[in-house]
Amino acid sequence: MSKDNQGDLWEVFIQPKAGRPHKHVGSLHAYDKEMAMKSARDLYTRRQEGVGIWIVKAEEIISSQAADAESFFDPADDKIYRHPTFYELPDGIKHI
Amino acid sequence: MMEDSKKLEEFQAKIDADVKIEPKDWMPEKYRQNLIRQISQHAHSEIIGMQPEGNWLTRAPSLRSKKILMAKIQDEAGHGLYLYCAAETLGVKREQFLKWLHDGVAKYSSVFNYPTLSWADIGAIGWLVDGAAIVNQVSLQGTSYGPYSRAMVKICKEESFHQRQGYEIIVNLANGTKEQKQMAQDALDRWWWPSIMMFGPHDADSAHSNQSLKWKIKRESNDELRQRYIDKTIHQGEHLGLTFPDENLKWNDKTKHYDYSPIDWDEFWNVVKGNGPGNKARLAHHTKAHNDGAWVREAAIAFQEKQKLKSKIA
Ligand SMILES: [Fe+2]
Ligand SMILES: [Fe+2]
Repeated sequence: MSKDNQGDLWEVFIQPKAGRPHKHVGSLHAYDKEMAMKSARDLYTRRQEGVGIWIVKAEEIISSQAADAESFFDPADDKIYRHPTFYELPDGIKHI
Repeated sequence: MMEDSKKLEEFQAKIDADVKIEPKDWMPEKYRQNLIRQISQHAHSEIIGMQPEGNWLTRAPSLRSKKILMAKIQDEAGHGLYLYCAAETLGVKREQFLKWLHDGVAKYSSVFNYPTLSWADIGAIGWLVDGAAIVNQVSLQGTSYGPYSRAMVKICKEESFHQRQGYEIIVNLANGTKEQKQMAQDALDRWWWPSIMMFGPHDADSAHSNQSLKWKIKRESNDELRQRYIDKTIHQGEHLGLTFPDENLKWNDKTKHYDYSPIDWDEFWNVVKGNGPGNKARLAHHTKAHNDGAWVREAAIAFQEKQKLKSKIA
């Protein structure tokens, strides 16, 4: 029995312009890094969409669990003093 | 069971509030199955659709048109891959999708079973088939499943060039010699009805429609989309002095839409069920290409394993 599969799943991030953050654009299948990079170029930058590419194997990504999102993020809920709108300023005060 | 009905309620509330559903979110099994069917069918259509167009690559009338057609077909390959990736987030592997296609379990748009007999057909495909696909895909940008919606946004950005390149071919033929104009007319005659049938059965006869609309997998019904396509396409043909193959096609001032003849559904179901002229050939070609590539995949897998071993030793 010979082996046959479509390769690993990789997630692709494109930097649209120098100085901008990389943004997730999609995924692809490839057997190794080099093939992943070439496929990402052909698949996601056919119209000059980017000047940089990051690729990560999907299985290496650590992600928060959607089901636990509420309790996981709730430490931020009661800390509205982290926002500037929390503070009251005397009338007439500007540039702060 | 109690928990399920509560989850279902929360799920529907999210849908109603236009919150996108993401891969790891809870979803009803039927929602997942519907999406797997629809997205993979969409992906297969993009890939199989490359065949009728590829048929004219080596016979394109100029280097310019050849380069353009190649870029268009390459885009369709990309669309297929975006969509397979979106479908895979639902828990089915790429290999499985290909197997379902080769085994005839999965469908693809039956429009791609028709042959491309002349260069004018390449024009008609871009103008009419891509034109109809765009109407559908623009609507699907608002689908409730996040990965599908994002794939649609990307695809729509690329599609408008497809329709224009096809229309340009038709324009050139329509403004050419008598014979060339006849080629354009002949292509319109053959592709018009198949393009209309791309939207699927009437709403009343569509098996999955109601639930799909409720879950916002689809945002508009088959008939709504079909009417929009017809309304915007007629003047593009008439402007060139071409005639649509439907004697009942006329503007209705009351409905503000075009009226059209009843659709020949026998023909439609015949082609959907795989009795169309091209179905066997299309699948055989895809299966052969896949099997012929097996040794490349095997070599790639062997190389990958060697790399892993090397990095372990180092
Ligand atoms: Fe496409
Ligand atoms: Fe297209």
